[in-house]
Amino acid sequence: MKITAAEALIRSLEMEDVSVVFGYPGGAILPVYDSLLHSKKIKHVLTRSEQAAAHAASGYARVARKVGVCMATSGPGATNLVTGIATAYMDSVPVVAITGQVSTSLIGRDVFQEVDITGATAPFTKHNYLVKKAEDIPRIVKEAFYIASTGRPGPVLIDLPKDVAETRIEFKYPEQIALRGYKPKLDGHPLQISRAAEAINKAQRPVICAGGGINSAGAEEELLKLAEKAHIPVATSLMGIGAFPEDHPLSLGMMGMHGTPYANIAVTESDLVIAAGARFGDRLTGRVTGFAPKAKIIHIDIDPAEIGKNVKADIPIVGDVKRILAEILKEVQPKQTSEWNDRIAELKKKSFLYNKNDKLCPQEIIEALSSKTEGNAIITTEVGSHQMWVAQYYRFIKPRTFISSGGLGTMGYGLPAAIGAKFARPEQNVINICGDGSFQMNLAEMATAMENNLSLKMILFNNKGLGLVRQLQEFYCKKRYSQVNFGFVPDFVKLAESYGIKAKRIDSREELDNALDELISEKGCFLLECMVDINENVYPMVLNGSPINEMIGG
Amino acid sequence: MKTTLSVLVENHPGVLSRVAGLFSRRGFNIDSLAVGTTENPEISRMTIVVDGDEYIVEQVKKQLNKLVDVIKVSKIIPEESVSRELVLIKVDAEPQVRSEIIHIAEIFRANIVDVSRKSMIIELTGDKDKVSAFEELLKPFGIKELVRTGVIAVNRGTKTIKIEEEE
Repeated sequence: MKITAAEALIRSLEMEDVSVVFGYPGGAILPVYDSLLHSKKIKHVLTRSEQAAAHAASGYARVARKVGVCMATSGPGATNLVTGIATAYMDSVPVVAITGQVSTSLIGRDVFQEVDITGATAPFTKHNYLVKKAEDIPRIVKEAFYIASTGRPGPVLIDLPKDVAETRIEFKYPEQIALRGYKPKLDGHPLQISRAAEAINKAQRPVICAGGGINSAGAEEELLKLAEKAHIPVATSLMGIGAFPEDHPLSLGMMGMHGTPYANIAVTESDLVIAAGARFGDRLTGRVTGFAPKAKIIHIDIDPAEIGKNVKADIPIVGDVKRILAEILKEVQPKQTSEWNDRIAELKKKSFLYNKNDKLCPQEIIEALSSKTEGNAIITTEVGSHQMWVAQYYRFIKPRTFISSGGLGTMGYGLPAAIGAKFARPEQNVINICGDGSFQMNLAEMATAMENNLSLKMILFNNKGLGLVRQLQEFYCKKRYSQVNFGFVPDFVKLAESYGIKAKRIDSREELDNALDELISEKGCFLLECMVDINENVYPMVLNGSPINEMIGG
Repeated sequence: MKTTLSVLVENHPGVLSRVAGLFSRRGFNIDSLAVGTTENPEISRMTIVVDGDEYIVEQVKKQLNKLVDVIKVSKIIPEESVSRELVLIKVDAEPQVRSEIIHIAEIFRANIVDVSRKSMIIELTGDKDKVSAFEELLKPFGIKELVRTGVIAVNRGTKTIKIEEEE
């Protein structure tokens, strides 16, 4: 029996085991939404903007370790997805985005709601498709899911013209994939693995630098075993947070621009850096010429293009970090603790602290939340000072529990990502931590949370402005503050209440404890607004052009 | 430093824009790009001359390989390959200078493919240096138009750039 390509699309999604899709309907995607009505397996979550649908799919993908799916109509629907797709690309998140397109006979004529979305997204999708023939749909969906989830994960877009979606075809889902131009390499080169193990065995002052690749590859166990076997301290990148338990004696926390002093100093003093699933981003390395000057570099990455792109590697290993770490582990000799471990312990003794003044400090809110949830919550964040404080002061002990926009730094990411995370792990406490700047970018998603009866928690740091940009202007513009204070902010408590969400505002230390208890125990959604000082800076801070061991406030 | 890359790609619409887009996005400079189908109609071959140091060329190769539509990227070594470019030049040719131009064309083994009362079109193939030398000689007569195809190249001998067929 023949079915329409739109129905074939939905069936193909079912074949890929998709249970939830985040999206927003419109004209050109009408046939797809019509077919969606008949699906018993797929739940569609209607967000309040397409961008939120893309972020929700990304949050879902990262927590579930599955491909997240979002869809939108042509034109503005598709362009609204763009920020979410670029965010997923920069953080290597497997997302399949489906967009409606005007009919093939109209493409190129600038008709209503037409935009060249495959052209627009080519630079920040792993691959994309403009479907020209209806019978290609099953193959394209199969390929899209395969490309998105294998190798270095990333977003894939499928653009489906309306007339193609309405064409009837025989549905047959392919079993094989034939992509001669795409063959990700999974096993590391045995010789390179032996060289790496030998370097680790010889190293006096090794440091592991764990990146987002550990989280996405599910390599946390192998990482822990390797670190413990040879007593190697572990620093993480922002994306690598959670890959290594931060309550572990070998944990150095996060390194880089706002990293811990002990992580940055340890890397600078080390004689061997083992970068595992980290791409040496500029926020991680600081000035490249001063980065780990005494160290040999082992660089493990699934993407060959990352090897040698930012930092020259002495021992590059291309492949799946989980497999490679397991192989290295076999050849690494167990070691006792050494002088290096004593040195690390000494560095860690001098912990970095914020100045606790009479006002409610954002850092202490995170610390209190961390101890109350015992690292058992999934924390999503927006982008700004609050994001860095979460990275610094929340003790993450489990992988894939810190969900934040690292590479692109997208404000407005956290709330929709929290919705996606909640669909992936409904039993988990999911808390979005935000500032008043980023909260206002996607706050309409509170409606999505309510509509789906999600128990979503929000902690809002209200400083009536853009704290991290203000900090940058303090350092780089000689305190010439430009457009960083909001002249008007709404009453967020009333705003949340208008969505039917319980909300509370606090501005003193004495109220914090009870307020957090209330937030955590609430069955429904809850917004806790904390009034904080905009002059509170994020420290330590490495200035642009400085090596990472030169920290302000470290 | 100029490096010639031979790139086998899927013969799909949009592939050229993906490749060209990659160069502009990553800030790589293309000297020339020539593309056409191969003996297998499903596959096109691009010859790209890249301007950049070893690091840039390495990045270009790796980034090209990341494109799903790119099947194979190979570096062409000048000493072990033959490279050619075709150029069409429309040159001012009043009757009194015509024979002189024809003489130059003969020396370069170029063909005159069109003659009008005041101009002629000359077709020349050769490597970059030959084409440039020819252009220099014709300049004094007045070049009205010049079109080059961009370099194409193949390895000498039996060495070929082909996709590895799978069993």
